[in-house]
Amino acid sequence: MINFGYNINKSSRIDLDKDLNIAKKIVKIEPSFRTCIGCGCCTSTCSANNFTVFNLRKIQLQINRGELQSIRKEVEKCMLCGKCQMICPRGINTRNIILAIFKVID
Amino acid sequence: MIKRVAVIGGGIAGMEAAGLLASRGYDVLLVEKEQDLGGNVAKWDRLFPSKTPASDIVNKIKLGLSPSIKVLTNRTVTRMIRNNDNFALLLSDETLEKVDAILVTTGFQVFDALRKEEYGYGIYDNVITSVDLERMFASKKVLCKNGKEPKCVAFIHCVGSRDEKVNNHYCSRVCCITAVKQAIEMKELYPTADVYCFYMDLRMFGRYYEDFYHDAQAKYSVSFVRGRLSEAGETHDNKIVLKAEDTLIGKPLKVTVDMLVLMTGMESPDTTENLSACLELEQGNDRFITPADPYIHNNCTHRRGIFVAGACTAPKNIPETLADARSAVVAIEDYLFTYTD
Repeated sequence: MINFGYNINKSSRIDLDKDLNIAKKIVKIEPSFRTCIGCGCCTSTCSANNFTVFNLRKIQLQINRGELQSIRKEVEKCMLCGKCQMICPRGINTRNIILAIFKVID
Repeated sequence: MIKRVAVIGGGIAGMEAAGLLASRGYDVLLVEKEQDLGGNVAKWDRLFPSKTPASDIVNKIKLGLSPSIKVLTNRTVTRMIRNNDNFALLLSDETLEKVDAILVTTGFQVFDALRKEEYGYGIYDNVITSVDLERMFASKKVLCKNGKEPKCVAFIHCVGSRDEKVNNHYCSRVCCITAVKQAIEMKELYPTADVYCFYMDLRMFGRYYEDFYHDAQAKYSVSFVRGRLSEAGETHDNKIVLKAEDTLIGKPLKVTVDMLVLMTGMESPDTTENLSACLELEQGNDRFITPADPYIHNNCTHRRGIFVAGACTAPKNIPETLADARSAVVAIEDYLFTYTD
């Protein structure tokens, strides 16, 4: 085939048709993973994100949507201080979620 | 013989039901724990979404109270003795009242903002609740502690609602629209002030609520930020620094305001536990009273002859509360019509 120098970009949209197994595995370890209402309290109170970007609310959402590209690098920023767990209005066990992500993602 | 009904709680639900029962020929006893009738609504300045003075509504309902109603204020029910289909109620002043049916209209209490210590109510000078702000609106004096006009005000939704940490996991429903109302009133008072609403979801369920929200944006330039306040701090000059995440941008956010208003939610009153024990009623895991079923027998309880109406069974707005009170009157009338003493 003649190469004209054009190609098709990979779609940038979220694809819920693909396998979302990672999220299911985390829910099995920590069922409260499913109950986030996205209020952002965890992120605003986070001691890791004062100077670097670290957003647990986003990480949770990305895993639930199967957007896993940068997750490993992101969760490494967490210092497990537990402030987010103290503030969470849904009582989500955020520390266990970080540990569960490590367990499941590798 | 004329049947006798006790209405427990003299807020808008209790007054509406008492008035209607009396006009239908029943002998009515209205018991209120505070000194005056009117409950929570009587303590409000103006109502959403029409900005009608709350006193107009309370006074109109009071007009329906006929002089034949025996109003007992400063009293609570301490014991109930059932004798077949009759009840004897022992009141806190040691008097005994015999009745054929009981209607519970004990309403709600406002969440105590001191319990959300991280928001600084009772600690910082310029943190107030939505109830405090109504009082300020009523007195026509909305000022910071130092007597100056606020130039920047933030309203925090869901204080004491949707929060496992204070054991209130439910939505109080009316705080969203109250925040929109109070934000608009604040802009009417101080058009140049910056006004923010920090919300998680805006629950504009009633008629014209969404229009009111639209007005807040279009006519009054109120800024809506999607994120829950995580903590508030105080500056050396008594301003309040807020920490939240702007969840739609995905970045932590800080803003310094002159006045912080906490939209405190509804709770089942602390007295519900005692009352439920003495009337043998059931409370849900949200501590509100559970009716016999939520659809058809929503004014009946699991106990024959005891009825419920208004916000004692769940957070409700004023039209819902009044409609519930009227429907309870029908349920009581049906019951008293069929039973023989």
